[in-house]
Amino acid sequence: MLESGRMQRTALYQQHLDLGARMMEFSGWEMPLQYPTGINQEHVAVRTDVGIFDVSHMGELRILGPDATRFLQFATLNDPAKLRLGRAQYSMIPNGSGGLVDDIYLYREEDDAYLMVCNAGNTATVSEHLKTLIGSFDCHLVDETSTWSLLALQGPGSALLLGRHVGAELTTLRKNRSTATEISGCPVKLTRTGYTGEDGFEIFCHPTDAGYVWDILVGAGATPCGLGARDTLRLEAGFALFGKELTATTNPLCTPYRWVVKDKPFYGREAMWGRPCSHQLIGLKLAQRGIARQGYRVFSGQKVVGEVTSGTISPLTRESIALGWLLTELAIEGTALAIEIRGLKVPATVTPPPFFKQ
Amino acid sequence: METPNHLKYTNTHEWAQATDADIVTIGITDYAQDQLGDVVFVELPEVGDPVSAGDPVAVVESVKTASDIYTPVSGEITAVNDGLIDTPEQINESPYRDGWIFKVRLSTPAELTDLLDADGYLAVVQEEDA
Repeated sequence: MLESGRMQRTALYQQHLDLGARMMEFSGWEMPLQYPTGINQEHVAVRTDVGIFDVSHMGELRILGPDATRFLQFATLNDPAKLRLGRAQYSMIPNGSGGLVDDIYLYREEDDAYLMVCNAGNTATVSEHLKTLIGSFDCHLVDETSTWSLLALQGPGSALLLGRHVGAELTTLRKNRSTATEISGCPVKLTRTGYTGEDGFEIFCHPTDAGYVWDILVGAGATPCGLGARDTLRLEAGFALFGKELTATTNPLCTPYRWVVKDKPFYGREAMWGRPCSHQLIGLKLAQRGIARQGYRVFSGQKVVGEVTSGTISPLTRESIALGWLLTELAIEGTALAIEIRGLKVPATVTPPPFFKQ
Repeated sequence: METPNHLKYTNTHEWAQATDADIVTIGITDYAQDQLGDVVFVELPEVGDPVSAGDPVAVVESVKTASDIYTPVSGEITAVNDGLIDTPEQINESPYRDGWIFKVRLSTPAELTDLLDADGYLAVVQEEDA
């Protein structure tokens, strides 16, 4: 939150109020939790049709200069040198002691210019951390969070819907690619990325254009979705969330995101590789309903063998699903366990996500 | 928000209605279901359980949170709404009718008459929203 205690608002604040959204505080931002039809219907809209999210609270940092690639190779776990222009990659920022500062998306815009999208609550921390690390690298960092609005159009029908309003050829805009184009005359940076497990796009535009672009896409049939559905969708897809699955002490080598960590020098490499994986981040499916919430204990017989990081009831399958940490020797698909919910041990099975049929 | 005049209310957002001479039906209010959001799971008591006023006897879970439901009256559980197991969303859609949660055979009638009326409950809600 700002020092005054007042929450930040996105350029779409009035749109959310007009749609009857229930607003909530999230990382210092006043964001829509859900619209009147509720999380379940928003979730199903994204799985079966098209949903639209305001994610303008996410941070945008631009890294520019002759050493930008070399610096980001050092400061992030994936390898930006492998990115061709106009491509993007999921990555993470190591904290030097084997844990994480944030997980990010990195877009290569020029040979020596990148756009980094980070979590809202981490933007200031990431910015400070990177500025400290830059040292003698010949590049610099600009926080552009306030100059961008970011919309996510997600769902199997999103290409068809967007295609009617955009100049770009969407069939060649494959996953993790981006292009500069226009939506009904508004200049946008369009990328085929998202956080729902569905096909979809993220639209970077100027805040003064955001309301216009939002109204066009909602008017064309995209269902407005809040942060509630964003959370159930990412969880059903098995995606980690910083603050839940990923923290300052999480070793990414002990998670399904091990692939992000490329074999190259990076900040704190030895510390990360030196940490053993006593536990693994895994998916769990419960035998009956009831939500396994953050901090609930996982049992094998009478022994505590893990802890839940996130859980929900899948709005699609109605099954109770969770992510959590589990002793490495038990982290095998099909292992039968139990999760303690309000004193009762509910049977659960190790199940690799996604928790729905794609 | 609906707050029917013929029901009794608690400051923990349950409603109660005397259905037969000594049977009280209990659920959660329209305000409560709206605050919770989509209800995805309900944990019900057992028929025959003895309960005292103020006991947590059921749990209503939404994506956001798990909320204890307290019985406003003492007695014995005589029925539970099994339909909520498969369609917990009835609590959102019809909080005062199809979304009822359990019934209690009342042992202390004064506990029912002492509950809030609709105006008293609306005052509680206004205080919370302020």
